[in-house]
Amino acid sequence: MESALFHLLAPLAVISALGMLFVKKAVHSALLLAWVMISLAIFYIALGAPFLGIVQVVVYTGAVMMLFLFILMLVGVESSDSIKENIAGLRVSAILAALGIGTLFVLLIGKATLGFVPAGMASANSDGNVEGIAGILFTQYVWAFEVVSALLITAALGAMVLAHSQKSAGASVSQRALATLRFRGTSLATTAGLPNTGVFARHNAVDVPALLPDGTPAPLSISGVLQARGDIQDDRKYALGTFPQIEPTDKKSGDE
Amino acid sequence: MNPMNYIYLSAILFTIGAIGVVIRRNAIVVFMCIELMLNAANLAFVTFANIHGNLDGQVVAFFTMVVAACEVVVGLAIIVTIYRSRRSASVDDASLLKR
Repeated sequence: MESALFHLLAPLAVISALGMLFVKKAVHSALLLAWVMISLAIFYIALGAPFLGIVQVVVYTGAVMMLFLFILMLVGVESSDSIKENIAGLRVSAILAALGIGTLFVLLIGKATLGFVPAGMASANSDGNVEGIAGILFTQYVWAFEVVSALLITAALGAMVLAHSQKSAGASVSQRALATLRFRGTSLATTAGLPNTGVFARHNAVDVPALLPDGTPAPLSISGVLQARGDIQDDRKYALGTFPQIEPTDKKSGDE
Repeated sequence: MNPMNYIYLSAILFTIGAIGVVIRRNAIVVFMCIELMLNAANLAFVTFANIHGNLDGQVVAFFTMVVAACEVVVGLAIIVTIYRSRRSASVDDASLLKR
């Protein structure tokens, strides 16, 4: 059972890890890494470490990968790698060196002999894995545990200091100043707000400017985003050339 | 099943992570490859705990996870700070000393 699980999941984990190296987009790398971490969690549970397996899922696949994806969205999903090499032959020599060290690892492990039969976790986990870990974590390793808690606090503080950005002074305008600007500005025309798109116009679409009561188009009624993208309709097409005549002319002629 | 197979897997994952750290340019991907290497080391710890039949290896792996979480938090904050000042997450662009 465990052997079948290993032979099914281990190749998948290796393939995903290799895929991490070769996919272009960082988001795909993150998803592949999440898969590798999930399969490692399954291996932990198979190796008699259910507590670590759950912690692996919660901390790595949950928190750490979420943080990675969050930063990816912040920095820009589209920031894919440049193919150009800055140092000539870096990629080839790096792959060769890494293959060398990988071969060395594998050969060393193959050469190593244990000298005893692998013990398995049955006796160590006899009164529960979580209880066993708690037993030595809070006795033998309690000092390391406390130091790690200090490290966590320091890391949180450090991240807050690093990620904190000071707002520039001119960026924030108070509401009072905005109100003054609106009512005592150069014109009273926009005091009641900007005109909506399509007001009095012949089309009720967002890219058609509103018509003011005198028949001229109001370009202020179009969203700034559309203006910047150039998606604005030619407003002259929608302008009323003259005032529409309120009274028909033939009635006038009938009076005469 | 012989638990040494897990050690082989750990060595292979560690090697892949090492390759990734060297050949990828995007700082976030480099960071993810470092995480892969840490995970491979964790797998070795848990496997050796299994081989020896005690829980010390699992406790060390637990500490590794906590330290890795701290490292991710600080490292990503540094990446965000560099990105904010240089508008790039590429490790090649942070070369102030060279110019």
